[in-house]
Amino acid sequence: MAAGFSKAGNQLYTGERSFPFIQRSNLWFMVAALLMVAAVAVPFFRGGFNLGIEFTGGSEFTISQTQDTDISIGEDVVSEISGQTATVTNIAPGTVRVQTEELDDEQTLEVAQALQDAYGVSAEQVSSSFIGPVWGEHVSQQMLIGLVIFLVLVTLYMTFYFRTWKMSLAAIAGLGFVVVTTVGIYSLSGFEVTPSAIIGFLTILSYALYDTMVVFDKIRENLESLHQQKDQTFTERVNLAINQTLVRSINTSVVGILPVGSILFIGSWLLGAGTLRDIALALFIGIIVGTIATIFVQAPLYARMRRHDADIKAHTEEVLALRQERGIGSVTASGTPLDDSGRPVPFPPLPEPEPEELEDEDLGFEIVISAESPDHSGHESR
Amino acid sequence: MATPTPVRKARAALLGLLILLLGMGGLLAYGVADGRAQWAPLLALDLEGGTQMVLAPQVEAGEQIDSEQLQQAVEIIRQRVDGSGVAEAEITTQGAENVVVSLPGVPDQRTRELIQASADMEFRPVLQTGVDIDYVENVLLAEDNEELTDEEAEAIEAEVDDAREEQDEEAARPEDFPEPEGEPQHNSDLNWITPELAADFENYSCSRDASVEERSSAEADEPMITCDPNSGATYLLGPVDVPGTLISDASFGSDQDRPGWVVHLSFDSEGTERFREASTRLYGFPQGDPRNQFAIVLDGHVISAPGMINPILDGNAQISGDFTEEDARNLAEQLRYGSLPISFSIESEQQISATLGQDQLRMGLLAGIIGLLLTAGYAIFQYRALALAVTIPSLIVVGVITWWAISLLGWTDGYRLSLAGIAGLILSIGLTADSFVVYFERIKDELREGRSLPGAVEAGWSRARRTILASKAVNVLAAVVLYLVAVGNVRGFAFTLGLTALIDVILVFLFTHPLMQVLARRKFFASGKRFSGLSADELGVDVLYRGAGRFARSHVVHSGAVEGETAAESVTGDSDNPARAARQDEVPDIPEDEWAQMTIAERRRAREERSRASGAMADQAQEEAR
Repeated sequence: MAAGFSKAGNQLYTGERSFPFIQRSNLWFMVAALLMVAAVAVPFFRGGFNLGIEFTGGSEFTISQTQDTDISIGEDVVSEISGQTATVTNIAPGTVRVQTEELDDEQTLEVAQALQDAYGVSAEQVSSSFIGPVWGEHVSQQMLIGLVIFLVLVTLYMTFYFRTWKMSLAAIAGLGFVVVTTVGIYSLSGFEVTPSAIIGFLTILSYALYDTMVVFDKIRENLESLHQQKDQTFTERVNLAINQTLVRSINTSVVGILPVGSILFIGSWLLGAGTLRDIALALFIGIIVGTIATIFVQAPLYARMRRHDADIKAHTEEVLALRQERGIGSVTASGTPLDDSGRPVPFPPLPEPEPEELEDEDLGFEIVISAESPDHSGHESR
Repeated sequence: MATPTPVRKARAALLGLLILLLGMGGLLAYGVADGRAQWAPLLALDLEGGTQMVLAPQVEAGEQIDSEQLQQAVEIIRQRVDGSGVAEAEITTQGAENVVVSLPGVPDQRTRELIQASADMEFRPVLQTGVDIDYVENVLLAEDNEELTDEEAEAIEAEVDDAREEQDEEAARPEDFPEPEGEPQHNSDLNWITPELAADFENYSCSRDASVEERSSAEADEPMITCDPNSGATYLLGPVDVPGTLISDASFGSDQDRPGWVVHLSFDSEGTERFREASTRLYGFPQGDPRNQFAIVLDGHVISAPGMINPILDGNAQISGDFTEEDARNLAEQLRYGSLPISFSIESEQQISATLGQDQLRMGLLAGIIGLLLTAGYAIFQYRALALAVTIPSLIVVGVITWWAISLLGWTDGYRLSLAGIAGLILSIGLTADSFVVYFERIKDELREGRSLPGAVEAGWSRARRTILASKAVNVLAAVVLYLVAVGNVRGFAFTLGLTALIDVILVFLFTHPLMQVLARRKFFASGKRFSGLSADELGVDVLYRGAGRFARSHVVHSGAVEGETAAESVTGDSDNPARAARQDEVPDIPEDEWAQMTIAERRRAREERSRASGAMADQAQEEAR
């Protein structure tokens, strides 16, 4: 199967097989827009996010490695001491979590002691945490500051690296889609939104941009010689770049997802809620969404921004006009011409405006290429 | 058989990596042998058990604290916690204004108060001075006190000897001292000294450590006994003349008239008023009289006790002495802190039991191992022997470097690995593996363009390098920003993420690529054997690539000469190949192995040049073209 994958990779590389990522961008944008609307609507209909204790404030106790995982014990203990109704959950085998509203220091110690007695465990097995009501807000605020700084720096960096602000604008705009969709899917899972999850969301930005950098770098490479040739249009070259990096994109997201998936698995099933689980879920969703976004949103967005530039437009028109003249029938979305039976063929020579320039032109374009056929048989089969 | 330069370069790079590894390992081994480091990384509280508190400063609305003031607050908390006997406490600032206190075990009520309470600064007049000889001897002259130079130590020792002669060893009793003559009239009045106070002062022993009760027991309108823990001098002080909150600013600079450093101090309007009154009173006492001195008290201890050489009427004072630049900076910062004492509220507190810590550590490691195995498995599935020979050794080397780097950082900077840090490490497995994906895919692309493997490795590398550097930069940027703004857990995550991104770059340069350069000369890979990850089948090559962006199925493909222009035959040297014979006719001045590394475009150029060289050849070439 890997061989089949590689073969597909080769065909994508040459452009023989291609997916019309750029050509069908209207469709992708529409799907992306629908996804974003859904991602906004889902938390709305579910009555907001399931905010973790870090955002609401309160106390949390974790009893680990207990034989007795009866929920009612914890509920009784808390109501006896503070008169509150506690949320008690058996989050993993042998682990019980008790969440209460804010308790003062004394009550915290008392509840911890009482839980220890009630569940018959040692002090070593009870963990407690107290979170003030402004903590989550504070974390989010810091994150927001970080987000803004990061976006500004990365926009400048990409503009500098690619020497075009349009690429960095397209990349950053695509991040909006990544974040909104990821948050939407996250809230669909019903997991709590904790500071760990927020770290996850921020990390996704970096991951998604990382992925975009690789694809955009290939686009940059393919566009370097755009104006030196008259065979392929701008759109086809960009599409070719995405197709050429498609195998890498898939491999990248798989190697990215595998370790994160293992954290998610361990975090959810063996350890219960906590740092690992929330961060892993956010990353898991984000890596997939980020990879998809590069292909379907960010790259097409860039192509769309550039498509109406005067030089690109002129070039495209020239290429298309030449194609008619050269009698090229079907061309794949990545700009490889196909013959009637669907096999890729080389571009026929450019039509020559002046007969006396023929020799020079030939030397430049066609002669030597034919000479490469090892058995010099090119002219016979044409 | 191949050009030696890349191999030599590769050997140099691998040697560099070996030196790096030996250096790190050797350094760590030295630290371990010396008892100052340990092989395993230090663990944060969520893996080891303990308490972590995140504190937020409480200041009045409109007040702003700057980082220096926060740093002072941290310094004060550190002194308090150390003084309370809690071992291994770690107190750091995080983000713009948070203080994180990590303690092993569960802190008691007293420690909590100690951490949260603000430290007040006061200006009190000195009534009487003395020296705590035992303190000086036991603490300051202790052999492991590295802060003192030999000369300073000798001077102190001489003083101690003098003082000893004067002193009797018995504890002083209140009966030994006279009753005051009347009610005290002002803050410097010796009538503040009751017999009890005088006896207490005589018996007072100085200590760096003091509980919150001791520090705050002195009322502002009562005299107090304290000392300067840096000199062992003890002081009996009058009531507060000026509270530190009336300081408007403090700074330090070099003195215009004399050599050395001075501290400038200014008061607000109320402070100016009160300082004028007090300094005038103190100036009335002769120089050398203890009562000529002002004691600046911070958090219950005297930090400086300057004599008054003239009354200060406008609220701008200058403190001079034998200050070094650091002394002066320190005092100025303490004064600035005193102008805005900071108390703290606990924003979040986590008590992790040792059991839960162990659980989390075990699960984190388990997740890491599973993640590694899955990634390695997928790499083998995708890249076959290439993964076994390159990806997996690379992951192992990256793992060792990361482990040692974290252990070394634990030694030098006290870095502790947290659960979030482990999550960052696991995530980075994927990011590290991606460098290989980018690189290998580029090599494959170059092979598809018709290069031999050694040629493809060089050409693929020059492109992949650029992409890898550019994209890793985004990761490092994100990690740095996240680390700088983040609080609590996030930092550990950002730290490992950034660290591994850097290590990954080092590894790709010093290990992965050089290893590929060497392997490219191995027949197994170069000839594209089955399962090498580079066989024609695994490349899926059945087309020829023709120059930048233009492709065509070659007409010879169907005749089975697929590999005629790919790596396989050009390297293994199939002399029956007619294409090869024709090539040698055509461009005889290029050796075979060099030819094998050229792309089709380069070969085309070579042919072109050759054909230009002789007109007859050129004609022939044109003939062929048609």
